[in-house]
Amino acid sequence: MEKNIKFYWKLFLSTFTLSAFTLGGGYVIVPLMRKKFVEELKWIDEEEMLNIVAISQSAPGMIAVNASIMTGYRLAGVLGAIIATFGTVLPPLIIITIIAKFYTAFKENRYINALLLGMRAGVAAVIIDVIIKMSRNVIKTKNSISIGIMIVALIASVILDINAALIIILCGVFGGFYYNIVKKAGEDQ
Amino acid sequence: MIYLEIFISFFQIGLFSFGGGYAALPLIEVQVLEVHNWLTMGEFADLLTISQMTPGPIAINAATFVGTKVAGLPGAVIATIGCVTPSFIIILTLSYFYFKYKNLSSIQGILKGLRPAVVSLIASAGLSILMLTIFKTEGTSLFNMKLSDINIIAIIMVAISVFILRRFKPDPIKVMIGTGVIGILIYGIF
Repeated sequence: MEKNIKFYWKLFLSTFTLSAFTLGGGYVIVPLMRKKFVEELKWIDEEEMLNIVAISQSAPGMIAVNASIMTGYRLAGVLGAIIATFGTVLPPLIIITIIAKFYTAFKENRYINALLLGMRAGVAAVIIDVIIKMSRNVIKTKNSISIGIMIVALIASVILDINAALIIILCGVFGGFYYNIVKKAGEDQ
Repeated sequence: MIYLEIFISFFQIGLFSFGGGYAALPLIEVQVLEVHNWLTMGEFADLLTISQMTPGPIAINAATFVGTKVAGLPGAVIATIGCVTPSFIIILTLSYFYFKYKNLSSIQGILKGLRPAVVSLIASAGLSILMLTIFKTEGTSLFNMKLSDINIIAIIMVAISVFILRRFKPDPIKVMIGTGVIGILIYGIF
């Protein structure tokens, strides 16, 4: 991939639009990033995207910002990370600066409320679409350990309400233990 | 030096907010309401409302909102820079090691273990947003949902959007703009 002005502009524009549409919390940016960088631009593959998300979630700070920094770094080093960070923080910076001036009018405007209520449905649909694809990819590996981790993590997060960072760390420790020690010991025998 | 104070406050918020999103909330509250009297309680509540309605991480929204109020546009920019600087340093360090050593088999094992968990975490976040979308009362969860509270229009919009996304694979942003426009027509005008 050639790193010319056009590439950096595309990186900036991609992170900018992704961030501008990240309504409803950090994780929403993940399906959008996947769609953009994995499916559309094919700059990174799905496995790498998931690794990036896992590391972003395990570090302090905002997941959307962390994932952008890491994707930028992966694509174009420190300069890429800086450009991706700019792209990600600029939309909220611009939007809130404007809203801070007129926030009572904004809060009570019925058209803005209706727009946001409608957009939520679109956001939910995009996430459902991506989850179907991602979980299908895990099931397709027919690896019972991976499928088991997915189910246990889902229960831990949805029903038991366990902190996401803790789930990631525990699954990483389990993976390291299982694939490096248990499985290797089995192969040696 | 107000700019330095803003920078240090939001640097701490960025550094200590583990787990993202609402994890930053108590930190913001301490810095903005208790350590410095930058906002009143009412303004803080407004900040939360605005954050829920607008894109972007809540910490960045807070940084911009507080920065603008205390020291204008330069204040907003400095607060935002303060907020992302810790992430930037930590993530660059982690990235350096990750991309250098990711092919080691021991690292591969760890990553193989946590990838399926990430899929579930995204699903869990998706579920919260779905609940927020299809129930009229905020804060509805799997455990306290009431059927009478369901927003039929939202369910139909979600279902049609999922169908369109899977069938025609459009740019997801176009789908969001589409449901936004339909939202204005249905909720705003009728």
